[in-house]
Amino acid sequence: MVKLISVLMAAVLVNNYVLRQFLGICPFLGVSKDLKSATGMSIAVIFVMCLATAVTWCIHMYLLVPRGMEYLQTVVFILVIAALVQLVEIALKKNIPALYRALGVYLPLITTNCAVLGVTIANLDRGYGFAESMVNALGSGLGFFLAMVIFSGVRYRTETSEPPKPFEGLPLTLISASILSLSFFGFNGIVENLFGG
Amino acid sequence: MSAILIPVGAVSGIGLLCAVMLTVVSKVMAVQVDERITAVRDVLPGANCGACGYAGCDGYAAALIEDGVKTNLCVPGSDDVSLQISNLLGVEFEDVIERIAVCHCGGTTSATQRKMEYGGVISCAAAKLLYGGEMSCRYGCIGYGDCARVCPNGAVCIEDGVARINPRRCTGCGLCAKVCPNGIISTLPDTVTTVIKCSSIDRGGDVRKKCQRGCIGCMRCVRECPNEAIAVVNNLAVIDYDKCGGCGHCAEVCTVKCVKIANFTGVFNKTE
Repeated sequence: MVKLISVLMAAVLVNNYVLRQFLGICPFLGVSKDLKSATGMSIAVIFVMCLATAVTWCIHMYLLVPRGMEYLQTVVFILVIAALVQLVEIALKKNIPALYRALGVYLPLITTNCAVLGVTIANLDRGYGFAESMVNALGSGLGFFLAMVIFSGVRYRTETSEPPKPFEGLPLTLISASILSLSFFGFNGIVENLFGG
Repeated sequence: MSAILIPVGAVSGIGLLCAVMLTVVSKVMAVQVDERITAVRDVLPGANCGACGYAGCDGYAAALIEDGVKTNLCVPGSDDVSLQISNLLGVEFEDVIERIAVCHCGGTTSATQRKMEYGGVISCAAAKLLYGGEMSCRYGCIGYGDCARVCPNGAVCIEDGVARINPRRCTGCGLCAKVCPNGIISTLPDTVTTVIKCSSIDRGGDVRKKCQRGCIGCMRCVRECPNEAIAVVNNLAVIDYDKCGGCGHCAEVCTVKCVKIANFTGVFNKTE
């Protein structure tokens, strides 16, 4: 149990996918303009990450490893994740049209979101079991959610401020993203100290 | 052999499984979509650029049908797409306001003089470094065609020593405006009908000596404009396009004929 909590904490804070490993930057900059769509996008990412991890972990362990085909990992995972996202999109369109409209073009972007692929591959690289993989996926998703929510708050302030002309728009956004990323380096080592590594 | 066949079979199998699953789900969970939305969506360029203010072309197509928004919001699609949508929906055609590049210099070779012979690299940026170019006016068109070389549509040519922009070919990308070392090209909405063809901020007398077509800041257009849309700033007439009614009276009264009347709008002017 302690191990699972430490995996969760590490995934949310220390190894935050957006701010520490720089994966999934596209939606981080694209959808963080307002809190509502940032939340929607993050929930979609959490959902897809967990689903993708569950499916890819099983495929890896029960199909690729027994036949010695681990080298197919990347290709198969991309294929499966793309199909899953399409599935989620169809289901959303049918059941929650409001969220579907809010996500707009960003939902198909999850198809090729490197954070999702990164989580599924990192799970296997670190030799996580199924439970740990699922917790790690949930934690990574929550970390994405945290980064999105914090950054949409920052964006709200920067959009309404009057920066010097050369900083207007994207430059200011990128600079604030880098400062946010730096601040997350403050979480270095807390998991090791709290849970004894 | 099996070292190739098994992986290929495995990946194809997974792909097939996903395809079957998606097909079944898309049939089971099919949502009724207004067929007009699909039709409008097919007309739109599909670039998902967001220039219309909606989340992608799908969003704009839905807004066109459900909220009845204007048909002229798709700038990349231009007049052509607007016309097709209006035909589809049976509403009145509305002209898309595209951007168009305009050169603010009328100093042709007959109107202005050279102050030296330039023999260096054929480039405005290079010529500008040498005493501001060889023409007597250092604000005007240098005439070595940096803008013409950068234009992706072949819309700019140098004629009589001045850049001329073909509005039928111009897509308003603004590359020429960025490259011009004197900054005399600007992109304006294509609804603009009057353009000041001068960029000199010298005093009237000095302009007169260098160029017959230069704005001398005589204030005549300012006084005569019925909408008070023109002001002289830094010895140069400037049109406020929010106020300009497009009557063209300024072009008639201008003493040096540096105000030009133009018509950039028109269906299909971007689709040739």
